[in-house]
Amino acid sequence: MSAPTTAPRQAGPGQGRAFLGVLGRDLAVTGKEFGSFISQVLVQPFFLLFVFGVVLGQLGYVTPGYAQLLLPGLLALNAFFVAVQATALPLVIDFSYTKEIEDRLLAPLSTRLVAVEKIVFGALRGLFGSLVMIPVGYLVLDEVAWDLAGLPFAALLLVLGSLAGGAAGLVIGTLVSPRRINVVFAVVITPLLFTGSTQFPFLQLGNLRWFQVICALNPITYVSEGLRGALTPSVPHLPGWLCLLALVAACALFGAIGIRGFVRRAID
Amino acid sequence: MSTQTTTRPSTGAEADEAAPAVEVADLVKRYGRSSTPAVDGLSFAVRRGEVFGLLGPNGAGKTTTVGVLTTRVTKTSGRATVAGIDVAADPVAARAVLGVVPQRPNLDRSLDARGNLVWHAAYHGVPRARRRALADELLERMGLADKATTNPDELSGGQAQRLIIARGLMHDPRVLFLDEPSTGLDPQARLFVHDRVAELAASGVTVVLTTHDMDEAAKLADRVGIVDHGRLLALDTPSALVAALPGEATIDLTLTGADVASVRGRIDAVRGIAGVEDLTGERPDTHLRVRCDGEAGAVLAPVLGAVADAGATVSQVELGEPTLEDVFIDLTGRGLR
Repeated sequence: MSAPTTAPRQAGPGQGRAFLGVLGRDLAVTGKEFGSFISQVLVQPFFLLFVFGVVLGQLGYVTPGYAQLLLPGLLALNAFFVAVQATALPLVIDFSYTKEIEDRLLAPLSTRLVAVEKIVFGALRGLFGSLVMIPVGYLVLDEVAWDLAGLPFAALLLVLGSLAGGAAGLVIGTLVSPRRINVVFAVVITPLLFTGSTQFPFLQLGNLRWFQVICALNPITYVSEGLRGALTPSVPHLPGWLCLLALVAACALFGAIGIRGFVRRAID
Repeated sequence: MSTQTTTRPSTGAEADEAAPAVEVADLVKRYGRSSTPAVDGLSFAVRRGEVFGLLGPNGAGKTTTVGVLTTRVTKTSGRATVAGIDVAADPVAARAVLGVVPQRPNLDRSLDARGNLVWHAAYHGVPRARRRALADELLERMGLADKATTNPDELSGGQAQRLIIARGLMHDPRVLFLDEPSTGLDPQARLFVHDRVAELAASGVTVVLTTHDMDEAAKLADRVGIVDHGRLLALDTPSALVAALPGEATIDLTLTGADVASVRGRIDAVRGIAGVEDLTGERPDTHLRVRCDGEAGAVLAPVLGAVADAGATVSQVELGEPTLEDVFIDLTGRGLR
């Protein structure tokens, strides 16, 4: 209130409406393509769950408790990856070829907020992709024993994990050229898939210290470990506060780099 | 256009009614480490309700200038306003009052034609209840009523261009920017776009168009700014620009059977002749262009007399009134870009 004349103009209600408009468009398009979206979200984790949780269990190669360990990991994996895919690929194509995003860049909305919308939209898809794994888990696995008191904290972790995934997708989508996107997906996505402590508990990697260090750099580790702490506390897991802190840091880091990259691509 | 009086989306800044529709002052844009600026001290103002043409060769800085005005390019220095709103200081407010028809089609292919319009309106805060009716109305006006549910991929170039113009109008902008609006369109589609632009101007929307098409500029624009190397070379109405050319009209002569120098000398002696150019080049026949001060027809008879006196035979005569193209070439040269 001290210097109203020099204060930057406040974002009025118009920007909120424009934000909802842009988000609404993305959600409407997802709704139209719901069939392909749901299959993209479900097929891979379903098979992971089925082979590791059911087939290997029946054959006696994994202990019966393994599925308990795996399901929270797959929730974490889907939250992050579905979000990454929702933001990264369309942005690479939009910025390089189709320019379809231009109409939204010309909406009465700050360019940073268009970037934030991309993160939020990716996160919503990630969250959805993660939540649909719950009924699938109940259907495929013989027994899912979750500590229901941990659900609120689990939900918070999934939200943060999805947001981190959306932000990481923004980084990839704005920094990678379309010619390299295949390579990036192969050399970045696959390692992320297997270093996120999805298929194993992080703390039991003591004998593979170097691998544990790599896993510690993967944000999915903190979603997986946090979920285990909340839902299946009998499995060894990292403390909840550490997971929360790491995920907030990942959101902030990827968000900052991603939004910068987005503005750089959007404005000459 | 009476239906276009929707409530404008409220934004942080209100457009200044008294200000010029567009004002550019000492605008400079230098890309990256490039040594020569793309826009180099450009200044002009567009009046409200005017159709303003930015004319220039490829790479002259037209698209960059429009990019700055439409908030997609950051200026290096200078000032640029749309409806009185500084586009650099308040891009969000500026976006609410301007509409853009880009050079390259950028329709949203996840949506059908109507969806493109309806969602554009949503981004701009047009009330939900108005969006669909407004979209159908604009589809009708652009001759796309039967294409409402068509995917943009299946539209022809002309149909896509019309849809993009419709989209640009959905939020009732004060200023519409058209970047090369008829490049790549067939003559029918071009005419249709021209008619719509004229209609818009008549309804009070300010239109800024960039083009390298002289006929388009001469036909549509109230005033034309000729730009090259990022600088403004001339700014006036098309007719005033043409009138300012030395030697207003021309007579092109193809002739045989005489010494070129003596024919030129005799024509030069005729009253009202500003000069004679030899355009023969590689051609077998002599080809002369006579520039006249007044109308070409008035001096035709004495010019032909002079040619006959020199003993030459005229095989072809062509009278030409100068066009914007002559002004353009006169200002920007013949060199290829």
